[in-house]
Amino acid sequence: MNAEVRAIKTPAEQALHNAYEGARAALPGKGELAAMREEAFKRFDAKGLPHRRVEEWKYTDLRALMRDALPLAAPPDAAGKSKAKDAGKVFASVDCRRLVFVDGAFVAELSDLTAELGLTIGSMAVALAKGDALVAAHVGKVFETEDAAVALNTALMGDGAVIHVSAATVLARPIHLVFASGETPSSGFIRSLIVVEKGARAIIAESHESSASQVNCALELVIGDNAQVDYFKATQTRGLHVASLLLTVGAKAQFNTFALNSDASLVRNQSFVRFAGEGSTGGLRGVNLLRGKDHVDTTMQIEHAAGHCASREQFKSVLDDQSHNVFQGKIVVKPHAQKTDTKMMTRALLLSDEAEADNKPELEIFADDVVCGHGATAGALDPGLKFYLMSRGIDDKQAEALLIQAFIGETVEEIAHEGFREAIMTAALSWLEARG
Amino acid sequence: MPAVQETVDRVRQIDVDQYKYGFVTDVESEKAPIGLSEDTVRYISAKKNEPEWMLEWRLGAYRRWLTMREPDWARVNYPKIDYQNAYYYSAPKKKPELSSLDEVDPQILETYKKLGIPLREQEMLAGVVRRDEDGNELAERRVAVDAVFDSVSVATTFKAELKRAGVIFMPMSEAIKEHPDLVKKYLGSVVPTSDNFFATLNSAVFSDGSFVYVPPGVRCPMELSTYFRINEANTGQFERTLIIADKGAYVSYLEGCTAPMRDENQLHAAVVELVAHDDAEIKYSTVQNWYPGDADGKGGIFNFVTKRGDCRGARSKISWTQVETGSAITWKYPSCILRGDGSRGEFYSIAISNGRQQVDSGTKMIHLGKNTTSRIISKGISAGKSNNTYRGLVAAHRKATNARNFTNCDSLLIGDHCGAHTVPYIEAKNSSAVFEHEASTSKISEDMLFYCRQRGMSAEEATALVVNGFVKDVLQQLPMEFAVEAQKLISISLEGSVG
Repeated sequence: MNAEVRAIKTPAEQALHNAYEGARAALPGKGELAAMREEAFKRFDAKGLPHRRVEEWKYTDLRALMRDALPLAAPPDAAGKSKAKDAGKVFASVDCRRLVFVDGAFVAELSDLTAELGLTIGSMAVALAKGDALVAAHVGKVFETEDAAVALNTALMGDGAVIHVSAATVLARPIHLVFASGETPSSGFIRSLIVVEKGARAIIAESHESSASQVNCALELVIGDNAQVDYFKATQTRGLHVASLLLTVGAKAQFNTFALNSDASLVRNQSFVRFAGEGSTGGLRGVNLLRGKDHVDTTMQIEHAAGHCASREQFKSVLDDQSHNVFQGKIVVKPHAQKTDTKMMTRALLLSDEAEADNKPELEIFADDVVCGHGATAGALDPGLKFYLMSRGIDDKQAEALLIQAFIGETVEEIAHEGFREAIMTAALSWLEARG
Repeated sequence: MPAVQETVDRVRQIDVDQYKYGFVTDVESEKAPIGLSEDTVRYISAKKNEPEWMLEWRLGAYRRWLTMREPDWARVNYPKIDYQNAYYYSAPKKKPELSSLDEVDPQILETYKKLGIPLREQEMLAGVVRRDEDGNELAERRVAVDAVFDSVSVATTFKAELKRAGVIFMPMSEAIKEHPDLVKKYLGSVVPTSDNFFATLNSAVFSDGSFVYVPPGVRCPMELSTYFRINEANTGQFERTLIIADKGAYVSYLEGCTAPMRDENQLHAAVVELVAHDDAEIKYSTVQNWYPGDADGKGGIFNFVTKRGDCRGARSKISWTQVETGSAITWKYPSCILRGDGSRGEFYSIAISNGRQQVDSGTKMIHLGKNTTSRIISKGISAGKSNNTYRGLVAAHRKATNARNFTNCDSLLIGDHCGAHTVPYIEAKNSSAVFEHEASTSKISEDMLFYCRQRGMSAEEATALVVNGFVKDVLQQLPMEFAVEAQKLISISLEGSVG
């Protein structure tokens, strides 16, 4: 159990090493940015891909799961671009400003770039190359973490979105970042930055679709004082998807995030959230629908660094076949963050005897006048409820579907925006229908 | 909300500077040469007149230990332990063979008297005597004690009476000689020599401890207990306890521990193995009160203990109860392996940390058999500049159909310089397993709470009553000598507790 682990590079680690060495000169950004890449890569290279002995990656052993690293994505071709026109269906019912990315690269001609007062949209690759001031001020600084996936993203970050919402601006439409993949499976390192200034309001949605690509994306989100942000992420990828959300919240702000994972074969969604100002509230919610050999890992670190903040975390997972769901939630209440109020709940519904649900709701509290609660449950459908429905003439599968719908509905109902609430429920229902 | 004043006062009463057992007994002792090597292992084995197989077992563990790394995942910080700068064996000098208690060094007897542990059988009755309706004394209030002083057992009481019932209760070193078959069969079968760094170290150098075997169908006629005392400076204590309850047997075992106040840190790395066969029940209670160090964190015992129970038979039951107030560092996870169908594991814990104490404790409930159930109730209270972590694992394996677990862990902080942490791991690999982990105090039992509320109690009072109710249930069975601290704690209010 305690034997030394030898530092031999796996094929994937070696491929990533080679990819970095090969791309280093061409990666956008000079000076401080280049130094930051270099430093991040060294950190990654020293420790390698995270494995089960790394506590935060205990249940998602990337070293074992990632056999090889695919070559870095080439700029999107015409075929990829035309495919991307139909991407992001999951939120198609909501009237959004679409920004389209193919294999991680921003495609301006498919994106809606009509001008709006107080809103600036750009490409990360361009911003990095020209040393944009906003990017220089925030990238790599929103939430500092030692995490290997974030370090790898910083080292190899290519393109992504840079969005700035200036103070007191209320966006007319939600922004939908559509991430599609081209014909050839590749690996992409997407980095986005969204800054929502004081008193502004924004709704951001992100959808990911890919066949076999390996995607490592990171979003740095800065929410200013009194600002309001809703963030939705839908992941329906059949390759490897590692996403990091790095978030800092100012004072008296409000935010909600919602993550939907359905038909996603290997996902790690990690959130690093810091409440930096007093009196803010935040909600992190999500629904995971797994079947086959799907593996979905939701990991979060919520840091209450200022007092009088409230956070709610609620995650529901439905597991069928041999799927594996992981939830690791860590709430940290720093000293002097008095009057913090948090509540974390994670529930797993196991539909099959071969599925596995691992939950780790963690608390780390250094202040004495706080209310922190957490709960975790795992279990099968209540046979009593199912019997009741069946005794009313509803067949077996349909009864199950109804109960599952009610189970995830509790979390989906919390979404304030009607359009997104319905879009997410529709996606969940189509997963249920496919289950038969 | 912050803790209520009554709780603050009660915790203050057991603060690190209030430690009552910090005296040193002046006895001549003989020690193994300082440091750890194969020779030390051979020395200990020779001192104990152990058979060859035991020496080989120890040496195997020692060689394994050399290849292992000290675990660093627990939320505790301590200076690196120099394993070569400690004594691994220390025994009070004594006459070659003790035939009666009169031959035990009076200084040692005095020590146990001071600690409130009478070793003379007639004195055992001087405590609380319960009488039945006809005025006859009830025998079950008596407690058989095995007193372990540094590395050796100095006295074991009520041996004869236990023998009549068929119960074997003796120091481990004697059991190795007198019951080699049983020891060979069970020693290391729950905690293998390769289990973890500290358990492997213990396997190599353990010096004494208690051995209990309760034959089929026997209900042990009295409580069994071991009182561990570290006395010598710069010495580690490595005891090994093995309790076997054969089919349908029942035994309740209590453990207490104290040590003198010293500026140095002393290592205590024990291993406890429990084996419960079909329909057997083992109740294991601990009042851990090792020296916690002073208010600045100087000195104190490093308590690195591996405790594990194996519910090997069907419908067997193992219950751990612990009251933790001592030790500079606690690293301890009493666990249950629920192997037998319908077996049950329980873990009740109250851990209180003061000063600069660091506690990382919890349990593991591993459900392997069908229809297994477990319950975890943990209360952590941190004060001063201490850190108190609950770390627990509940796992249901593929074949553990209908496994059930209920976990409730509450933490309470007193002051804003301390920390309370919860790290539960919940792993379900079976759809019929039902696991519930709640940190909210209102989820204990709605029915019970409702009943109390109906009778005019506040929600807080009702919760305290319900939680303390089952803790009390176990604590009340502790003998008076052990229960002093425990009694103080049970009335601690849950008001102001956080998840």
